[in-house]
Amino acid sequence: MAQGLTGLASASALFLVAAGLTVIFGVTRVVNFAHGSLTMLGAYIGWSILTRLPTTPAWFGLGVIGTAVAVGLLGMVLEIALLRRLYRAPALFQLLATFGVVLIVQDLAQRVWGPAELSLPRPAWLRGSVAIVGTRFPVYDLALIAIGPLVLAGLWLLFRQTRWGTLVRAATEDREMLGALGVNQAVLFTSVFALGSTMAGLGGALMLPDQSANLQMDLTIITDAFVVVVIGGLGSLSGAYLAALAIAELQAYGIVLVPRGTLVLAFLLMALVLMLRPNGLFGHPQTETRVGGMAGTLVRPSVMTARLLGAVGLAAAVAAPLYAGAYALSVMSEAMIAILFAASLHFLMGPGGMPSFGHAAWFGLGAYAAGLVAARTAMLPGLAAALVLAGVIAALLGWFTVRLSGVYLAMITLAFAQIVWAVAFQWSEVTGGDNGVLGVWPAGWASSPAAFYWVVLVLCLGGTLLLRRVLYAPFGYALRAARDSPLRAEAIGLYSLPMRVAAFGIAGAAAGLAGGVFAFAKGSVFPSYAGIPRSIDALLMVLLGGVQAMSGPIVGAVAYTGVYDLLLSATDMWRLVLGLAIVLLVLVFPEGIAGTADRLFGRQPA
Amino acid sequence: MTRITRRAVLGGSALLLAAPAILRAQGAPAIRIGEINSYSAIPAFTLPYRSGWQMAVDEINAKGGVLGRKLEVISRDDAGKPPDAIRLADELVNEQKVDLLAGGYLSNIGLALSDFALHANKLYVASEPLADALVWEKGNRTCFRLRPSTYMQAAMLVPDAAALPAKRWATVAPNYEYGQSAVKWFRQLLSAKRPDVRFVAEQWPALGHIDAGATVQALDAAKPEALFNVTFGADLTNFVRQGNTRGLFEQRPVVSLLSGEPEYLDALGAETPVGWIVTGYPWAQDKAPANLAFVEAYRTRFNEPPRMGSVVGYAMIHSIAAGLTHAGGTATDQMVAGFAGAAFETPFGPAIYRPLDHQSTMGTFVGKLAQQDGKGVMVDWRYVDGSSVMPPDDVVRRLRPGEG
Repeated sequence: MAQGLTGLASASALFLVAAGLTVIFGVTRVVNFAHGSLTMLGAYIGWSILTRLPTTPAWFGLGVIGTAVAVGLLGMVLEIALLRRLYRAPALFQLLATFGVVLIVQDLAQRVWGPAELSLPRPAWLRGSVAIVGTRFPVYDLALIAIGPLVLAGLWLLFRQTRWGTLVRAATEDREMLGALGVNQAVLFTSVFALGSTMAGLGGALMLPDQSANLQMDLTIITDAFVVVVIGGLGSLSGAYLAALAIAELQAYGIVLVPRGTLVLAFLLMALVLMLRPNGLFGHPQTETRVGGMAGTLVRPSVMTARLLGAVGLAAAVAAPLYAGAYALSVMSEAMIAILFAASLHFLMGPGGMPSFGHAAWFGLGAYAAGLVAARTAMLPGLAAALVLAGVIAALLGWFTVRLSGVYLAMITLAFAQIVWAVAFQWSEVTGGDNGVLGVWPAGWASSPAAFYWVVLVLCLGGTLLLRRVLYAPFGYALRAARDSPLRAEAIGLYSLPMRVAAFGIAGAAAGLAGGVFAFAKGSVFPSYAGIPRSIDALLMVLLGGVQAMSGPIVGAVAYTGVYDLLLSATDMWRLVLGLAIVLLVLVFPEGIAGTADRLFGRQPA
Repeated sequence: MTRITRRAVLGGSALLLAAPAILRAQGAPAIRIGEINSYSAIPAFTLPYRSGWQMAVDEINAKGGVLGRKLEVISRDDAGKPPDAIRLADELVNEQKVDLLAGGYLSNIGLALSDFALHANKLYVASEPLADALVWEKGNRTCFRLRPSTYMQAAMLVPDAAALPAKRWATVAPNYEYGQSAVKWFRQLLSAKRPDVRFVAEQWPALGHIDAGATVQALDAAKPEALFNVTFGADLTNFVRQGNTRGLFEQRPVVSLLSGEPEYLDALGAETPVGWIVTGYPWAQDKAPANLAFVEAYRTRFNEPPRMGSVVGYAMIHSIAAGLTHAGGTATDQMVAGFAGAAFETPFGPAIYRPLDHQSTMGTFVGKLAQQDGKGVMVDWRYVDGSSVMPPDDVVRRLRPGEG
């Protein structure tokens, strides 16, 4: 009973944050990765405001509302300054921009509020409790339980009973039609974004009595909120509330029954829901947006200059041990591994049209397979195991998720990656848990820096070129056909299921190989190889290069790892600089670096 | 081309940072310490830690350095990721040509660095990582560890826990290696002293992700007579707040790891649970001359009180200086031999690196939490020397299959 009530309170807190995210996505189709950062800002700004106010309930309420408004204004600035310029960019590209914002906010928050966590001193009324069936239950949690449904009702009225709400719902259904009817979308989008951010600020401020404001909360919150939004169905408010309720209750009762299940419960629920309902609980199949770059352009072979450039780069890479030192070689090895990893994701996302937020699953599986097999046999069987295991499991996932597409597909790969991560984390007898598998160094014949470098070169650049070859083969054309028009592709006899399974298998195998090589480059394997940050890295590299450009992943991987490495050892403000660099790149190259180069210098579609 | 840019930028920034040191030590080249820590990922610990080691380096260099050479620390941020830590260690060893490696906060990064250092034949001083594996299962000849391990900290709390009348215990610990081994050792050691004790419930919240209300409720439902807590940081704050409101800690003694460290205690403020038996650092209460001098110098320089991280950074550099002096040179084999048995001073008192398992004997404080003027403090504390809580030597040898 008390466990159930506690779950209700957590559900409200979860809903407040997720509601903003789902509203923003529903209308603008922006996967707003910075939503967690806005919530974090809500907590910090709330702390700054509330610690200066008298501690009565009325002032507390005013302070919370003030915080929400302040964060709403920040969100508005964000939309006008950055996202407004990107609505026509390819799908998911805004994700890259908002990730830049995440980095910037992390750095600035640390500079403004300091590294220590900040907790709000609680006056007596916030600490109070009432007796419910023999246990003491916090009064504040009771208030939270009420606030969730109240906010839901308020938003419902706003969307159903006002003209603005009608327009927003219309935009959710078909925003081009709405634009054609003469509604100013820019104003509508800005106001929706401001509303979503206000919700984030409200959620952040209301967390303060139970939690502290700290610098890790942004990523924790955004993952939770995404899961809620996806289970509920993108854009559905009541779905989000129901999903928040389901997750919170599952968590509340789950930890009594399976105390060690804390890492995966929510993700298991998400996987289950998506298997049964591919659009979430209350979601509708997504209407295709007609603006934006997903309309496939014809892929032509590279122009001569690009080929020459590639050949020169390849020759320079092959000859690197003749002129580069040991450290430079290991940095270049790492870049080549990143290229293969990014290329494998690009294979799936670009030509395959199947976005993935959990691509690190294959990377991690490959790394563990390599590390564990090599410990019992040798390096080459380890690498073979990496390729095969990751490929087979990826193909299986491709088969299981055949009904899913778009963000839902991306999220189920995220759930799967999270499950891989949790298994690696908790199965410590085999994987060593968090402490990892150590001592995975290259075999004797490959142990000199130059020899290992050439091994990496052959495997990673070879793998990347092979992937590229596949994309120019009939299979690649068929894949793009199925992406651009599934119906017509089926009509001319291209059966999509085996293609999809094969695409997943090939991409998984390539990512697994990258993970296997990485294990030997680093001498160790950790659960974080399958973690969310690594999936994000892959996504950033692909988006930075350009999803639809054939050489996108190569350019993106080199640019991203280069900038990141350089900044990490050069400045302690690397997050700020990297974030600004990403935002700037996004604004300058809205089709990715290679995509823009394509447009400017060749392969211009007719 | 990347290579040249990287070198230019690195060289430039290193020159800027090291300029004063280079001017002073024009004669003999400085001894270069490559230091890696999670500065951006875990700033609450690592920023005071950086202040601590900076202070120690300046102190030692003002007295003429070590072996007639100045100390120079080249510091890197691993962003909390083991692979980045390995790449930076590679850079420090192969590009910066450092003489030894030091640092680390997370256990997995400590273990990765330790394995890399063995592979590259460099000495590595693990200052903060607490994993037992660092000196036991995965212990190796080139790795030395400063802080008391998870086992040692758990062992320090067991005498107080065994003295409690409670027979029904419940545990709450973050769901990863540190939490798991802390609970394992605590159960094992307490059960050995008190065979009548039973463990009736356990909670394993995800690190940084505790569902505090539900966790508190679940623990309360098991009706334990005492609790063992391993959560820390933001998780601890949330846990304590829900526990206070729901009365989990009333009439129920709590034994808790690390909660007396200023990093975690400060955030609890007026909600500090009175009477918890904890390990920690009573920086303002400990009037021993070594600590007084340290606190005084630290506050003068940085205008803020020291944290546990400050002590770790400060003691790390002093332990390295002592090891180098004892070794008489900077060749790795020489240092491995010299660090073993090297005695050094810390703000907590004297300590040595044990030749047996390369664990230092630096201990920590055990005491009770109390409130003063709305802030958490430690009272009734005592310093527990690390050497008093080690398992017997033959047990350690068995736990350490690698080279001693």
